[in-house]
Amino acid sequence: MKFDIIGKRYWWFALSALIMIPGLISMAVQGFNFGIDFTGGNLIDVKFEQPVTVQQVREVLKDYQLDGSTIQLASDNQTDMSQNVFIRTRVLQEDEQKAVMDDFGQKLGAYELLRTEKVGATIGSELTQQAVLALVVASLLIIGYISYRFEFKFAVSAVGAMLHDVLIVLGLFSLLQREVDSTFVAAILTIVGYSINDTIVIFDRIRENLKTHRKSESFQELVDRSIWQTMTRSIYTVLTVLFATAALFFFGGESTKNFSLALLIGFTSGAYSSIFNASPIWVTWKEISEKHHHALRASK
Amino acid sequence: MRWNSFTKFFVAVLAILLCFAFFVKPLAFSIKQGLDLQGGTHVVLEAVDTPEAQVDDDAVQRVVKIIERRVNELGLTEPIIQRQGDRRIIVELPGVKDPDAAIALIGKTALMEFQDESGATVLTGKDLKDAKAEIDQSKRNLVNLEFTPEGAKAFGDLTTKNVGKHISILLDKQVLTSPVVNEPITGGKAMITGNRTIEEAQNLAILLRSGSLPVKVEVMELRTVGPTLGQDSRDKSITAFGIGIAAIVLFMLLYYRLSGLVANIALAMYVLMLLFGLKMLNATLTLPGIAGIILSIGMAVDANVLIFERFKEEVRAGKTLRAAMDAGFHRAFATIIDSHVTTIITAVVLFLLGTGSLKGFAITLGLGIILSLFTAITVSRFLLQSLMNSNLIKNHKVFGA
Repeated sequence: MKFDIIGKRYWWFALSALIMIPGLISMAVQGFNFGIDFTGGNLIDVKFEQPVTVQQVREVLKDYQLDGSTIQLASDNQTDMSQNVFIRTRVLQEDEQKAVMDDFGQKLGAYELLRTEKVGATIGSELTQQAVLALVVASLLIIGYISYRFEFKFAVSAVGAMLHDVLIVLGLFSLLQREVDSTFVAAILTIVGYSINDTIVIFDRIRENLKTHRKSESFQELVDRSIWQTMTRSIYTVLTVLFATAALFFFGGESTKNFSLALLIGFTSGAYSSIFNASPIWVTWKEISEKHHHALRASK
Repeated sequence: MRWNSFTKFFVAVLAILLCFAFFVKPLAFSIKQGLDLQGGTHVVLEAVDTPEAQVDDDAVQRVVKIIERRVNELGLTEPIIQRQGDRRIIVELPGVKDPDAAIALIGKTALMEFQDESGATVLTGKDLKDAKAEIDQSKRNLVNLEFTPEGAKAFGDLTTKNVGKHISILLDKQVLTSPVVNEPITGGKAMITGNRTIEEAQNLAILLRSGSLPVKVEVMELRTVGPTLGQDSRDKSITAFGIGIAAIVLFMLLYYRLSGLVANIALAMYVLMLLFGLKMLNATLTLPGIAGIILSIGMAVDANVLIFERFKEEVRAGKTLRAAMDAGFHRAFATIIDSHVTTIITAVVLFLLGTGSLKGFAITLGLGIILSLFTAITVSRFLLQSLMNSNLIKNHKVFGA
């Protein structure tokens, strides 16, 4: 007898909750470190010829009442000086930004402008709405498709496991206070696609095994058998996807770090939830409704 | 050993690998890169209502035309100007050196002038009320002009004094057209004839109508990626991508041996088709787009893994290699369809609801998935079957089973 996944399902649910709850609390308490894509504002990414400190940068910004801005030094080693400085401010007008930049040049020395962004507040709120709408519409359509091909309970379980992955990534990004920008939205939707895809493969096997279902085998045993039959594939597939993503995380540029981190967390969580959450949710639901069914019959 | 089948296999593999070797680089580099990968400026403009001018469809269309003209004068390769929704205009300027100057140029008010032969300006754009392209009874394409009352008077004077001479219409100091005055025109209405196609006439009419930005335009979003950062992002993405793919290829070879080799060849074919498809769709490759590709490669590999795992199960159940392979394909097929369709749904929703980089992501993802479905059930299958038919290999260990 192989390791009994379904039998220990409440442990898996507890483990998922254990990872999810700190994230949920963090989301409620400190929220997200939203980038300007969501909040609106200006972003200035500069590389000075000489290393500068946060204090120096803040001093310059003070003259423009921008000393409340977020200033980050991008350096790999933990020093308080860096050539690379990353600044997030409220929305600046073009001439305002130009004045700030000129001041940088005069007070802190020559620099190269790596990246500047300005996002009006309206665009930011539209983006949030669009992302949430896309997620909701996609979930509903996926539930529709899986209900059509399988059954409603499968669909809800798959989407449940997928939401689990989304919540874990959101929670960890809130805990770590990693910046959430528009590429993060793309990452979340990639995770959704992956998670559902991974779950479907297992459900597919359950469906197939149900056709040749022997009375001697319980639901739990059948689902366990199905999960184990697809286990090698589940592991190999997530490994290949993680190879590509980890490469992007470790060797990719600074601008893809957050993005690939989200994917790494999401793909890992997706593989976990497909095996340890999706089918167990389905079995639990199935058993509850069966009991309910029996109870109804008994009462008649 | 059946040589016929083996030749088929060998020729197919050789063809794919040769194509890959020759085309992958030129294809990959000919796909348009997003500004995050090559550096440049992305601007979203929005037309806003003012007491003087309300925004309507025609106004926005005119703004697009004017901006197009101005951007073309910047001499950039492949700038993009497109409308988004009712009021927004997206301008993408790859490789622009001075974004501030570019934006100033885009947003400034154009100057339209009517000049006589001596070069004196007699009328400006504000004197022109309307311009329309029309076709007259003798099938000539012409542009009808209508002036404001003051404009009509000034134009009447201009044409009375210049019969038989040219008058020039300039936009931003550039001559649009120089018609000859046939007779004095005093009614406030004029027409410009000449050998033009109807498109040319329409284009001219739009330009004439759009002497200056008809409505107020505001910068909603402005993103500039410096060339250094763009170059850096691109180089690092290529490295990361190469390492990731190399790891996958190696993994497939180690675990599935000959089947893995076939999967890798199918993967090469897949990458080629994906690049070709992206080029055909004129898609722009962005960082999120690369994620779409990663996910779709993951799914392409997954389709193969599903088939091979099924194949192994069937071999273990005692089937012959040939029968096991058929069963593997057959039984994995339903799974592959279901898992792909759900991801296609995500891609379609994103394409319909998303904008900008999300749309790009949706295109790469959607295309990738359809192609992954195709290669897994056709290319992999054809290669494996011809290999098995050749009876070259009888030991199932070689197939990783």
